[in-house]
Amino acid sequence: MLLELDRVTRRFVGLVANDAVSFAVAEGEILGLIGPNGAGKTTLFNLISGMLKPSSGRIRFAGEDVTELGAAACARRGIARTFQVVRNFETMTVLENVMVGAFNRLPASAAAKAAALEILDFTGLGARRDALASALTPPEKRRLEVARALATGPKLLLLDEVLTGLTPTEAQAGVELVRAIRRRGVTILMVEHVMEVVMPLVDRAVVLDLGRVIAEGKPADIVRNETVIAAYLGERYRRRVEAGA
Amino acid sequence: MASSEPRAPLDAEARYRRRQARIGGLVLAALVLAPLAIRDPYWQNVLILTVMYAGLAQAWNILGGYCGQISLGQALFFGIGGYVATVLDASAGVPTLLGLVPAGIAAALASLLVGWPCFRMSGHYYAIATLVVAQIGYLLFLNWDAVGGASGIFIPYVAESWPHLQFRSSKLPYYYAFLALAAIVWLASYALENSRWGFSWRAIKDDPIAAESVGVRIFRAKLVAAAASAFFTGIIGAVYAQFVAFIDPDSVLSGQLSILITLPAVLGGVGTLWGPALGAAILIPLSEATRSYVGGSGSGLDLIVYGALVMVVAVAKPQGLVGLVPALQRHAAAARVRREAARAA
Repeated sequence: MLLELDRVTRRFVGLVANDAVSFAVAEGEILGLIGPNGAGKTTLFNLISGMLKPSSGRIRFAGEDVTELGAAACARRGIARTFQVVRNFETMTVLENVMVGAFNRLPASAAAKAAALEILDFTGLGARRDALASALTPPEKRRLEVARALATGPKLLLLDEVLTGLTPTEAQAGVELVRAIRRRGVTILMVEHVMEVVMPLVDRAVVLDLGRVIAEGKPADIVRNETVIAAYLGERYRRRVEAGA
Repeated sequence: MASSEPRAPLDAEARYRRRQARIGGLVLAALVLAPLAIRDPYWQNVLILTVMYAGLAQAWNILGGYCGQISLGQALFFGIGGYVATVLDASAGVPTLLGLVPAGIAAALASLLVGWPCFRMSGHYYAIATLVVAQIGYLLFLNWDAVGGASGIFIPYVAESWPHLQFRSSKLPYYYAFLALAAIVWLASYALENSRWGFSWRAIKDDPIAAESVGVRIFRAKLVAAAASAFFTGIIGAVYAQFVAFIDPDSVLSGQLSILITLPAVLGGVGTLWGPALGAAILIPLSEATRSYVGGSGSGLDLIVYGALVMVVAVAKPQGLVGLVPALQRHAAAARVRREAARAA
């Protein structure tokens, strides 16, 4: 297993954001992390990427205990992420943004630049390389975040709602990109809300509700799971799935 | 027929870097020759101060400009450099030219001491801390009798000498010493801009959380920038002490000096390669001129002119005077696209 969470708990004052969360992500997998707002998905991302420390529980990555490591140390070991609210380096160009990511594994500027250019071509941002990040359209900004994360050379990529808020066409392009990233050998853990988009894409899904794992399994089983329907998907979704199936 | 390999067209960034190297060479050549045109000792003195402040502002810019950590206490590093070289010379006979290295290292160590507790926090802690620590340093030296206390140390003239950086017949050697240092700091900035460090610093300034998420070690990157900035500042301070042949807390550790080091970069363009030099080239002659033509020193009019100028630039051209010259801008192509889009809208 590439990533293993063992009873990971994170308490904030008066709130348990993650309560004994355990699951594992296999190498080469696309795992969906779903659940209603406030279920603790983003907190879990912050714990895995080292931006927060768990109150208790362990996180193992590629055979190493990374529970106590900070964000930069996690990035160096191969955990990359995007943010729910996009965070780019706004005064830098698209190419420079991605180069910052590439410097994670390549100390020399020329090598970092070459790697960044390859990633820009791969993510379809090549034509925008000299534009400032602040000048991009919203879908381009999301794509830039993915490109920057990919440039760090990750084993595991955490995608936080990268397909949310896109038009159907843009979302479809996003789905293609996620598949292509997996073909590069990158394992993916993604938080997503749009069920129609995410369910056909992921190999397995983990459902969080009120900080706890309430279900885990293949998409086809998840959408029929009574607990999941009651907590998250709702009756209407079940009827729609069954009508379509 | 010999087939010639088609040369790949230079991209925007390579063009920017080649142009800056060329402009740098031209500016350096012009400055080397400048004393041939400016022979009046008064204006030569202004020239000396201008290149000195250009170097100081360029050093400030490494941490304050690229990395966004504002130091309002650069005089501390300037003064420490000056005192270390002067005391080494006075007590151990170390030639100042050799003393420049320990002067720079002592200043860098001091900057690490200030940065260590501050750089783990975000926000304006560092700016406030530098302001306070510099004032403490000033008071410390003011009451430290072993290094002359409030009355300072006179540096006795021995002989015209490059190793001791002593020149009496003409002040021009100091001009070339400061020019060499300013050129070195400019070159260091030019190299750092394109290095992993430079990218890390700019990323930290834009968004520290995103920077950390791609592996930038923020604390370490800030310390490196602080040390580099203070190192150059300390060395320039050491040369300055020889230039005025005297050192006391008021001349090398004052709060006003810290502000004078910061302003050229702010006026010219924070975090740009040419902002500090451009700002110094305008501010220093202007303030010297107002001081000599309008009134004696102490009237403070030169500082009023300073302040007004900085305010005008802050309102009209927040990115600094470099914003008026596309050739000096890193993102000139992006800026042009933006201007055209604004015009079309």
